Amino acid sequence: MKTALLALVAVVIFGVGCSRKSKPPAPLQATAIGAAIVESSGGEQIGYIGMPLDQPVVVQVNDASGSALVGAAVYFSGPAGVSFTPASALTDSSGQVTSTVTLGQQAGRYKLVASTRDSSGKKLDIVVEEVALGYQQTVGAQLNAQYCIRCHDSESTPERVSNMDNLSVKPHPFTEGDILNKMSHADLVAIITHGGAALNKSPEMPPWGYTLSKSDIAALVSYLRAVAGPPYEAGGLVYARN
Amino acid sequence: MKEKLTSFWRIFFGDSARAFGTMSIIFLLLLAIAPAKNHFSEWRHYQKRYLHLIRGRADAVTLERHFQGGIQQIWIPEQQVTDRCTTCHIGLKEASLANVSTQPFRKHPVIPHSLTEFGCTTCHRGQGAATTVQEAHSASEQWEQPLLPAKYIEAGCGQCHLEKQTATPFLNQGRQFISSYGCTHCHTIKQADGTRILPDDDPPSLKHIADKTTREWVYAWIKDPQSYAATATMPNYHFSDDDARDVSAFIFTQSTLLEPPLPPMKAEATPPDPAAGATLYGQSFCASCHATQNAAGTLVGGNFGPELTGIGTKAKPEWLQDWIKNPQHYDPETMMPHYRFDDKQVSILTGFLEAKTEPDFLANVHLDPATPQQIEHGKRLVVENGCASCHEINGIKKPENFAPELSRIGSKPLNQLIFVEGVEHALPDYIGAKVRNPRAFGPALKMPQFKLTPQQINAVTTALLALTDRAQTQPPSMRIASGQQTHYEPAGQAGRLMHDLQCFSCHMINGHGGDMAPDLTWEGTAVQREWLVQFLENPETLRPALIRRMPKFNLTDSEINTLSDYIMTVYQTPEFDRDSLPMSQFTAASVEEGRQLFYSKFACQSCHIADFSKDKGYIGPALAGTGKRLNPAWIYHWLKDPQALRSGTIEPNQHMTDDEAKSLTAFLMSLKSGEPKKAMKK
Repeated sequence: MKTALLALVAVVIFGVGCSRKSKPPAPLQATAIGAAIVESSGGEQIGYIGMPLDQPVVVQVNDASGSALVGAAVYFSGPAGVSFTPASALTDSSGQVTSTVTLGQQAGRYKLVASTRDSSGKKLDIVVEEVALGYQQTVGAQLNAQYCIRCHDSESTPERVSNMDNLSVKPHPFTEGDILNKMSHADLVAIITHGGAALNKSPEMPPWGYTLSKSDIAALVSYLRAVAGPPYEAGGLVYARN
Repeated sequence: MKEKLTSFWRIFFGDSARAFGTMSIIFLLLLAIAPAKNHFSEWRHYQKRYLHLIRGRADAVTLERHFQGGIQQIWIPEQQVTDRCTTCHIGLKEASLANVSTQPFRKHPVIPHSLTEFGCTTCHRGQGAATTVQEAHSASEQWEQPLLPAKYIEAGCGQCHLEKQTATPFLNQGRQFISSYGCTHCHTIKQADGTRILPDDDPPSLKHIADKTTREWVYAWIKDPQSYAATATMPNYHFSDDDARDVSAFIFTQSTLLEPPLPPMKAEATPPDPAAGATLYGQSFCASCHATQNAAGTLVGGNFGPELTGIGTKAKPEWLQDWIKNPQHYDPETMMPHYRFDDKQVSILTGFLEAKTEPDFLANVHLDPATPQQIEHGKRLVVENGCASCHEINGIKKPENFAPELSRIGSKPLNQLIFVEGVEHALPDYIGAKVRNPRAFGPALKMPQFKLTPQQINAVTTALLALTDRAQTQPPSMRIASGQQTHYEPAGQAGRLMHDLQCFSCHMINGHGGDMAPDLTWEGTAVQREWLVQFLENPETLRPALIRRMPKFNLTDSEINTLSDYIMTVYQTPEFDRDSLPMSQFTAASVEEGRQLFYSKFACQSCHIADFSKDKGYIGPALAGTGKRLNPAWIYHWLKDPQALRSGTIEPNQHMTDDEAKSLTAFLMSLKSGEPKKAMKK
């Protein structure tokens, strides 16, 4: 009886599994075997959850002498929710594969893997990292563009001239993870709220606590945590054992 | 076989007692089906998995205490919300589950709304009352609203938030595209607060088109507008060569001569110097609104007016000359200001712009004079395609409701839509595909092809998906109004002058106008009259880092006086008296104290320049000439609370004490040096 039930369950699971549309993609007929895979462009982009990235991810397969290889099979993979169009392809005439990436539903850093196989059948991987902004980080990104970026970003555009060089103490760019990751949430919130002078830092950082709301400032912190490189690792809650 | 069956029957139903017993057992088993179905239900499976997940965690005790078994429901009758999503999505409120990778247990990302007050389906759609994953998330024949894909999630916000919000960049963009691509010339969109999304692309009138350009240009333009200017917002109607020929023939037949007619070209004694043209183009800040492609192929300049890269190919020289002289002669409603250029300047600019040509654009265009049949066919095409929805054309009435109303497109029943192959049977996919390529739904469809990037298509789809039944029918208290512009127009002589100069194209006053330049609603309180006069005479820039600046309009003295008097008298804040802080209050000591505050405590020099010889900050306006420019009471109140005087300004509120603000005002009023001329040059 028990075995019959188990068998029944197995059949049901099998049936459900088969009814899904996901057919495994037809294997690619590679016409060449590469020796190395490298990223050409499209890494370290800042996108939004569930949205396609602005730029496609481009990877290149090289042969043993380091020159681009045509016809090597490249497979893309990523965490749950990430989709690639195409998910696998042969390298084109310039030895590259271009794939449009749509990020998953969770905010944070995504490690995407592009792989090919070398002549011994060993898998060669290249990891491309992208950032997906969720609701809170998107608010932070907007506030950053409005209030912070002119001093905290050294890049200038014709529309937005950087003010960083005009300051006697250079502000930290928000991507400067190795410094900002060491500061706690509370410290960052305090500096943004009360300004540099109140925390014995440069008074050139004004207090924003009377202009921005608490949730605005929390959004800014979550944004700069999201874009930090090296990535910010949340400590998480610590509970006493028993 | 028959014997076997008979003996079987005897065993179970041989006599009444046996039959009664058997039937009882059968009924008992049947009764057990319902509890069994309940026991093996999908949601119980998820709840068990959740308990399994939290068991090993350090915070298991807390999580277990929060856990409630059974079907959970958020019920908000006034919003018609009955959401059982929390039956399986158990950890939505658990901070410690923020990074759990197994769904459906992850914490909901931070949003400003409480889940229990708004429910889930209000934003996410889907079938709230369902208790299986399939029914709750997907569409079926009985339920047409599946979960909204994440890329359109801002459509959920847009049902209540008709205003522009920081948190919804794609929704804002989508709404802006709907205006700036002129979708609402043809489609009516009534928002829930009674306002309409209005087009702001300002398509030109074609009543006198023959004065402005040639039929060849119009032919090539309607064939493919983006091949003339990549930034053109005019869509492509995919006209055949013959159709384009006939449309251009009809439009030119209908064109009447301008009244009074265009003056002939002024003969030039010496050909204008191209360098002088570029200089005048730069000095007049034409690039604040108009873009041109530079040698490297990048667009430089604003997108407020049309791109001028190939203007010499498009505009006839006489028209260009007349337009630069006074654009309102050709188009009384234009947003282009009436610069008071003298004849020499007009000639220089005309020559400069006429030299900007795109010869390839008309290379293969040869049109024979039109026949009556062609003109008649052109008229039919113009009427059928609704050209007059956007453009004024002599003899053709603007059609009413030319295209379907879109006020509730986000809840459109799928049985009213015709899908084509390759488009998923769901509303978001339909709208996205329709915006991307309308003619894929049938070559006979009238909707033209707009040139949009995939991101722009997502944004427009998001804005359209926000136009739901829920948005229209929910209680008005849920709604945040769109904050549309007022119809404020100043009266009298000054009003006419401000219309002539099109101040409202850039400046906002009393809720009407553009956002390119500062809001002038209270300008009369802020500035000193002498400065204003001088500024209107020759606008010197206050923000050296800005590329968009106030142009010099070459106003006469009496015009300047009229404007200055009006601004100083009418644009006064009711909040405080502009004379409430007389200069006599300031002492040398307070000036010195203000200087200390400026440079040390508040570090104002990081964004402002008080002294051109040492300060470098250029985010805010240069303050070196403040004593000659601003009024002390304004400075004082500005320092106390900048956003109260101009909402949205990025100057941080530093929470100054009254004394600090007074001392800083004293210091700023002592800055009368003005800007050294050399600092203006690059």
